[in-house]
Amino acid sequence: MLGAALVAVALAYLGLFLVIPLVAVLAQAFQNGVAAYLAAVREPMALAALRLTLVTAALAVPLNLVFGVAAAWAVAKFEFRGKTALVTLIDLPFAVSPVIAGLVFILLFGRQGTLGPWLAAHGFQVVFAVPGLVLATVFVTLPFVARELIPVMQAMGTEEEEAARLLGAGGWTTLFRVTLPGAKWGLLFGVILSNARAMGEFGAVSVVSGHIRGQTNTLPLHVEILYNEYEFQSAFAVASLLTVLALVTLVARALVEWRSEERGIAPGPRP
Amino acid sequence: MTRRHRVLPGFGLSLGFTLLYASLIVVVPLSVLVLRSAASGPGLFWAAVTAPRVVASYRLTFGASLLAALINGVFGIVVAWVLVRHRFPARRLVDALVDLPFALPTAVAGITLTTLYAETGWLGRPLAQAGIKVAFTPLGVVTALTFIGLPFVVRTVQPVLQGLDPEVEEAAASLGASRGQTFRRVVLPALLPAWITGVTLAFARALGEYGSVVFIAGNMPMRTEIAPLLVVTKLEQYDYGGASAIAVVMLAASFLLLLAVNRLQAWTARATSS
Repeated sequence: MLGAALVAVALAYLGLFLVIPLVAVLAQAFQNGVAAYLAAVREPMALAALRLTLVTAALAVPLNLVFGVAAAWAVAKFEFRGKTALVTLIDLPFAVSPVIAGLVFILLFGRQGTLGPWLAAHGFQVVFAVPGLVLATVFVTLPFVARELIPVMQAMGTEEEEAARLLGAGGWTTLFRVTLPGAKWGLLFGVILSNARAMGEFGAVSVVSGHIRGQTNTLPLHVEILYNEYEFQSAFAVASLLTVLALVTLVARALVEWRSEERGIAPGPRP
Repeated sequence: MTRRHRVLPGFGLSLGFTLLYASLIVVVPLSVLVLRSAASGPGLFWAAVTAPRVVASYRLTFGASLLAALINGVFGIVVAWVLVRHRFPARRLVDALVDLPFALPTAVAGITLTTLYAETGWLGRPLAQAGIKVAFTPLGVVTALTFIGLPFVVRTVQPVLQGLDPEVEEAAASLGASRGQTFRRVVLPALLPAWITGVTLAFARALGEYGSVVFIAGNMPMRTEIAPLLVVTKLEQYDYGGASAIAVVMLAASFLLLLAVNRLQAWTARATSS
């Protein structure tokens, strides 16, 4: 009896906060039919926003992938003083408001910024342009790969790498042939998570974007513009693309987790 | 430990690159923020962060974040309990769905919750008939923050609950404890460190949240304006000093919470290993 009541409470809570919003996105997106949906998604400004979102993620995710591998190698394979402080530093972007993540780059590169006048004199524009979007995205997604890789690489220990070294493998060969294949699920999941966040980021990107249509407008910013112009159906149609991205991320997380459960490796902590 | 240094290469390179990259992306930009707000002098800084509109935004941000974190504290423990201890259809699907607020872009969450809770929305209409307004009120802010904080308590409590040996509870029951007593005296103390960690994480996340809140809040100064939005407003007015001052206070709160979470996680690890 009590058990059934608890299950009912839990499902009602999740239904209210998760299922109803998911259904609502789709219902709003298709409220005027499939043709209207397709028109909204294929509209030139929406396509431009999609392209910019893809470009931003394609630049930010590889940068943080390299960083994540380097950070995990240092943290998981070696002991050194200040390691806890370094891990806290890597986590810091999780704790900082996305708005602040955007603000700092305005203060650095904006017209009244520390480096802004110098950059303007040399013809570079960082904020209200694509480089600013990429920087802000790199900032907010910095911890993801490192966060997923560190526990997996710690759990692997160092014996396999040491054996590879003794058999004559070089450092890079050891990394690419032994460490990364062993940590591939953690690596893959870190990339999936940072990609989802990179494509969906709103606050940080909103501050540095300047909202120039067709130029510095990513998909989430395009959703905001459509919504504020009372183009609700179009806003939800574009939002449904981002919702599908989120659902794919959840499925990938579940698959990776079941894989690692089967192989007896504890999944990394969640962000 | 020294042996490892000799056998595995790349310590200097990986650590050096990590420090350089993290400094360029995180440390230098955040330092510029702190220096910028310090440059305006203590008088201006104090005036900026104690202006009535700013104080009202802090009160709303901290209050709504705390309330949302506590709501998730209560329901999160129920959800974690049900996912670990009960078998029901589609349990794995429900388990995977819990992470939705992590994965769903905040702007999508924002417009969806606003549409649902507006007076014409699926949930807003019946609530309005009952005399409860959610969208464009502080309650709307709490609703959005509850949504984005939902996974934290579940995901911190769940593994601890999984590791909890049911034999201990059976022993308590066989010694004559009722189900309520067993839960209060045996299960809850074991979950406490993880629960506090989860609530703190949800609170920290809510403090900085922007995208899901700005749509549903209505953004009326003094009433439904959150602190991150005020930072954006000041920036749009080219008041860099004011924006920086508000942001530095938020940053300090986030940093303290991050340190607290690190301590709490160490406590949780100790509590679960013993």
